Amino acid sequence: MGAGHAHPLYVHGHSPIHHLAPEVKIAAAVAYIAAAAVTPRQAIWAFGVQAAGVAAAIAVARLGPRFVLRRLTVVVPFVAFALCIPFIASGERIDVVGLSLSREGLWGAWNVVSKATIGASVSILLAGTTEVPRLLTGLSRLRVPGTLTAIAAFMVRYLEVIAGELGRMRTAMAARGYAPRWLWQARPVATSAGALFVRSYERGERVHAAMLSRGYTGTMPDLGGRRATAREWILAAAASGVAWLVALAAITGTGA
Amino acid sequence: MSAAVEIRGVHFTYPDGRTALSGLDLRVDVGERVALLGPNGAGKTTLALHLNGINLADAGSVHIGDLPVTEAVLADIRRRVGLVFQDADDQLFMPTVAEDVAFGPANLGLRGSELAARVTEALRAVGAADLGDRAPHHLSGGERRRVALATVLAMRPDVLVLDEPTSGLDPAGHRELVEVLRSLPITQLIITHDLPFALELCARSVIVDGGRVVADAPTSDILSDEELLGRHRLALPFGFDPRMARPSR
Ligand SMILES: Nc1ncnc2c1ncn2[C@@H]1O[C@H](COP(=O)(O)OP(=O)(O)OP(=O)(O)O)[C@@H](O)[C@H]1O
Ligand SMILES: [Mg+2]
Repeated sequence: MGAGHAHPLYVHGHSPIHHLAPEVKIAAAVAYIAAAAVTPRQAIWAFGVQAAGVAAAIAVARLGPRFVLRRLTVVVPFVAFALCIPFIASGERIDVVGLSLSREGLWGAWNVVSKATIGASVSILLAGTTEVPRLLTGLSRLRVPGTLTAIAAFMVRYLEVIAGELGRMRTAMAARGYAPRWLWQARPVATSAGALFVRSYERGERVHAAMLSRGYTGTMPDLGGRRATAREWILAAAASGVAWLVALAAITGTGA
Repeated sequence: MSAAVEIRGVHFTYPDGRTALSGLDLRVDVGERVALLGPNGAGKTTLALHLNGINLADAGSVHIGDLPVTEAVLADIRRRVGLVFQDADDQLFMPTVAEDVAFGPANLGLRGSELAARVTEALRAVGAADLGDRAPHHLSGGERRRVALATVLAMRPDVLVLDEPTSGLDPAGHRELVEVLRSLPITQLIITHDLPFALELCARSVIVDGGRVVADAPTSDILSDEELLGRHRLALPFGFDPRMARPSR
């Protein structure tokens, strides 16, 4: 029954990471991604350590490699872009299996791919272990202004709703014998994109009306869910601290 | 008797130009349970959305008790009127049932043990005390319905408006819902296509068609008038005789 609210990113579970308070997870994720972002691209080892850290956390959260890899396809456009850089960038050129590539361009591509992958993996871990309302609670506890969290809430709500509607439309098509392997091969899906939009929009409106009916005024009430303990903050600081230590070591190392 | 709901000459046109209500009048007394019948597209859901100010009338007025529904008093109106939506999936959006039930009272400012007590009270009223920790999207259709009802009861409304509460329920779920609604001592307006259900619960029925009230009479009279039912695309289930059924109360 009812894929009513599809939660395409969240994976139900009881791992220690699922149980961490949301504000801690958000803060740690942001800090971790920032560390990867400032890590100099030549420090390949540093990315290795950071990637291993995320992989370990994903294993603890029991998200499953297949789930993560499938979600990681969001970085594909960046990778495709990155793969062009070595061909078009200028500067010193080197030969790789008969292709003349720009050395600078290769580093540029590596830079984009490694950072995008680490950033996306951390985000997948966060979203995979934290339901949307909890994410919003976490954001507001981190003192993100209510208007911003409300906007985020609606973005996520509509995405979720669209994914759910898309799933239902696909089921309806499959039930009538149309089973495209990939979504974009599905001409009927493409031609019914308008219908999809309208259906999603209307469902979103109804959910919004239901929220208003129960006194929603634009900010999620903090349902008093457990707040972060000092231990959780220390744990989060330690996790993102490792990423930062590695980043700083790499910066001083390559700077010298 | 004082009026719980008083609707006078309400007109409403959707932004796309579709007129859904054209001069609708309806009065429901405190403690009354009224069935709202009518064909698809009659304007029943649109009317329900007027009762707590999701839609605001283009012309005419809606009063809840002595309070007119206007922009300025929406918060108060929404506390007084509990709306259970046609599709329970639209109503349940929190990660757990308990949090979903807590959403309304939390918006009213309740916290801590007071809030927890409200949640327990509401879940108990619909016989769902053990569902608190479950995820709403993992519940069965009948459970979901009852939880949706609890999310609204937790706000202790004066008026309960239910939009097609029986759709998708199996006979046992149907039975349970009847019991739950019977046990609630508040004014109820029940939108339904299920005529035996209306007869079971409501002494009075109203037929809405084309955005206005076209019949308002004791439910047993309305269900016995085949010609009236037929004119408004309503029909009793095969073999059902309203004169044989035990009328409400
Ligand atoms: N959001 C909307 N925008 C435009 N028109 C709408 C909208 N919602 C409903 N309508 C139109 O308003 C009229 C009344 O619709 P409403 O949903 O109130 O009917 P209903 O009596 O609840 O029907 P049903 O029994 O099918 O639920 C219909 O003609 C419908 O097409
Ligand atoms: Mg309706």
